[in-house]
Amino acid sequence: MAAMLKRTPLFNLHLELGAKMIPFAGYQMPVQYTKGIIHEHLHCRSQAGFFDISHMGQYLIEGDDAASELEQLTPSDITGLKPGQQKYTVLTNDNGGVIDDIIVTRGMSGLMIIVNAACKSKDFAHLKNHLSSRCHLKELSDHSLFALQGPAAAVVMRKFSPQASELFFMQSFEAEIGGIQCSISRSGYTGEDGFEISVSNHCAEQLARLLLAEAEVEPIGLGARDTLRLEAGLCLYGHELTESITPVEAGLQWVFKKGHCKFPGADKIRHQLQQGPDRIRTGLLVDGKIPVREGSVVVNDEDIVIGQVTSGSFSPSLGRPIALALLNRNSASLGNRLYARVRDKPVSVTVAPLPFIPHRYHRLKKS
Amino acid sequence: MSHLPNDLKYAKSHEWAKLENDGTVRVGISDFAQEQLGDVVYVELPEPGRKVKAGEAVAVVESVKAASDIYSPVSGEVVETNGALADAPEAINQDSYAAWFFRVKADNPAELDALLDAESYRASAGAE
Repeated sequence: MAAMLKRTPLFNLHLELGAKMIPFAGYQMPVQYTKGIIHEHLHCRSQAGFFDISHMGQYLIEGDDAASELEQLTPSDITGLKPGQQKYTVLTNDNGGVIDDIIVTRGMSGLMIIVNAACKSKDFAHLKNHLSSRCHLKELSDHSLFALQGPAAAVVMRKFSPQASELFFMQSFEAEIGGIQCSISRSGYTGEDGFEISVSNHCAEQLARLLLAEAEVEPIGLGARDTLRLEAGLCLYGHELTESITPVEAGLQWVFKKGHCKFPGADKIRHQLQQGPDRIRTGLLVDGKIPVREGSVVVNDEDIVIGQVTSGSFSPSLGRPIALALLNRNSASLGNRLYARVRDKPVSVTVAPLPFIPHRYHRLKKS
Repeated sequence: MSHLPNDLKYAKSHEWAKLENDGTVRVGISDFAQEQLGDVVYVELPEPGRKVKAGEAVAVVESVKAASDIYSPVSGEVVETNGALADAPEAINQDSYAAWFFRVKADNPAELDALLDAESYRASAGAE
C-alpha cells in the first residue's frame, strides 16, 4: 500500500526534519514534525511557518476564451480578473453543490488554478468536459507548491524578493528567490499574512532549504494546517464543502458575481440567496474541554437534531475545542446554546462568530 | 524506538500495566502510543467502582487530531483514577509512565501473564 503513495520532491527533507508521515490524498505527507501540532500552530501564529502543499493540483488553462469559459463553471467574476489578480471560488455541479473550491490566478500565459489534492482527477475531467477546444488545459505536475505563513512571513520574503513582499492579499507575480524562478502570491490557508510559492520540482528542495534556514521559519505539517484553517473559519473540502453542500450554505456568497446566472446549479443557488438557505455553516465554541469531532450530531435544548459537526478540533490559540457545523439556520443565531453529542453525552456548545481568530491579511486598502 | 521500562507489562493495544504491592493494577499508555497520538488535549476516565472486563474500552484519550479508546488490560473493579490528567492531559506526552490513567483491583492478577513483556511489545509495535 505504502508503495502506491506518491511523494513530493521534499519527501527526504521531511524525513530529515523528523516528520511523521501519513497517507493523505494519495501522497505521503508530513502530519507534524518533532515539536508537535500545538507548537507548530502557535509558531505560525507568532512567527512564520513553511508548508509543503505540493500534493495540491496546479492547472493551467490557456486560450483567449479561458476566463469567460471558466466563469461559466463558477459563480464568480473571472473575466474581470486583472493580470496578477487571484480569486477564491468554487466549481459547482448542476444541483448547486460544490465539486471543489479553487484559487484562480490570471497569470502571464493563462489562468492558473490550484485545486485540492483529493479532487485533482475529477476537477480535470470536469474542466476537460466543459471547456471548449479553444481552451488548452494542462496539469503542471512538474511544479511544487509551498506556503510561507505568519506575521513574520513578509519580513522573510523581503530578504529574498522585496517586490514580492509588497504584494497585497490575492495578488501574484513571477519573481526570483535566490536565483530560482517562482510564481509568488500573497495568499494562504491560515488566516495569517503570507505567501504561496509555485516552483519547478527540480528547484523545490533548494528553495525549501533557503526559506527554512531563516530564523523565523519552522516547518509546519498538515495537522497544524488544519487547526490553523479551522481557527480562521475557512472551509475544508470534504467537510464544509461537498457535492451536496451549496456555496450559500457554506457562507461563501462573497465569491458571487452580481447578476451572474450562467453556471451549473445557478437556479438553486440564486433561490437560496433570495430566500436564505435552510441550513448554514456555523462556528461553535465548545464550553468545556471535550473535543467535538466531525460527524457529531448537534441538538437544541429540546433535544431536537438541528445539524451536524463538519470539522472539530482543539484550538491551540484559544486553548479550547472549537468546531464548524452545518445547522438549521433558525438555530444558528450568535450566542445560541446548543449541544453536540459526543459518545452519547451532550456537550454544551455556543454559536460563535467566524473567524474564531481574526484574519491578518495584507489587504489593499480601498480609498 | 521509544522508551519501554522492563518492569511493566504491555497490551498490543498500547496500554502498560503494573502490578502494585497492594494487588491493584495501574494502567497507562506506552511512550510509543503517546508519540503516535501527538499532543494530548483531553482524557475521559472511568468512574471509580465501575466493573470492567479485560479488553473493554474504559477510557478515551484525545489528541489534537483524534479520539482513541483505552482498554483495560485486566478484569476487575476500577478503584482510582488519575484526576490530575483532567487539568494537565499534556503530562501524558511528557512522561506516559508517570501519567497513569486508572487502577483496577484485578479479579485474577494472572491475566497479566497474557500481556507482553517489553521486548515482545517492542516487536509487536514495531511491526505496525
